[in-house]
Amino acid sequence: MKGSLIILSFFATGLLLGVFRWFPNALLDYNISFYVLCALMFSVGISIGNDPNSFRQFRSLNPRLIFLPLMTILGTYLGIAAVSFFVKNRSLTDCLAVGSGFGYYSLSSILITQYKGVELGTIALLSNIIREVMTLLFAPWMVKYFGKLAPISAGGATTMDTTFPVIVRSSGKDYAIVSIYQGFIVDFTVPFLVTFFCSFK
Amino acid sequence: MFVVISCMLTGIAVGYLIRRWKIRFIHGFILTFIWLLLFLLGLEVGANDIVIKQFGKLGFDAFILATGGTLGSVVAAWVLWLTVRNKSISK
Repeated sequence: MKGSLIILSFFATGLLLGVFRWFPNALLDYNISFYVLCALMFSVGISIGNDPNSFRQFRSLNPRLIFLPLMTILGTYLGIAAVSFFVKNRSLTDCLAVGSGFGYYSLSSILITQYKGVELGTIALLSNIIREVMTLLFAPWMVKYFGKLAPISAGGATTMDTTFPVIVRSSGKDYAIVSIYQGFIVDFTVPFLVTFFCSFK
Repeated sequence: MFVVISCMLTGIAVGYLIRRWKIRFIHGFILTFIWLLLFLLGLEVGANDIVIKQFGKLGFDAFILATGGTLGSVVAAWVLWLTVRNKSISK
């Protein structure tokens, strides 16, 4: 939660400086964000490749739970498709690109801004923040009515970091490994799926 | 787009090749890059008059998509839950 607030405050600071034009034009003219993004993706790759547990931890899982990330992705897309009629002037693939953030708002909004422009990027940022906050707030309620896997699915790509503590508290310690596994897999798919849905006109 | 993905794949390969050395400071790097990018995104959004004028509308769209996506995934997880709940979760 604290991490999310810090990230939000960076966005808010940028927003205010932007509105009042208190910055040198060079910051936006030279596409600096693209190079920072490449550096970020390289670092994310190193952190995955460098962690021996990344590839090892999956063996102790109930075989059927392997499908949880798939259910998360498919469920998200079906839900998005169902509500996309209420979103005017946006194609279904644009909506699905936003949904492909799975709560990973920093990366998805940056990618979508890069591919589709600031408007959709801002929707992606807000939408994925809202998803994370919903998971943080409603996890116990989800467990009560939809079972112990529900908050893990709702957390999407965030279940190995920001929403992890809440999930362990509401679903139980047995599900910690499931939560990490699901977070890792979905996290990994974000750049690919966002890129895929942004490639449609 | 492919440049971005290949940056990550290169990172995975490099990270794997040097796995003898634990690169702990990489998480600090990631966080710093994320802060910097979100700041730049804020700057870009703030400087864009069209987006600022439509902020309420964009927020509404964002809320609708977040609700749809979250509910959809919760229901999908429930379906999987019904098939595994009586069996042992981990060995």
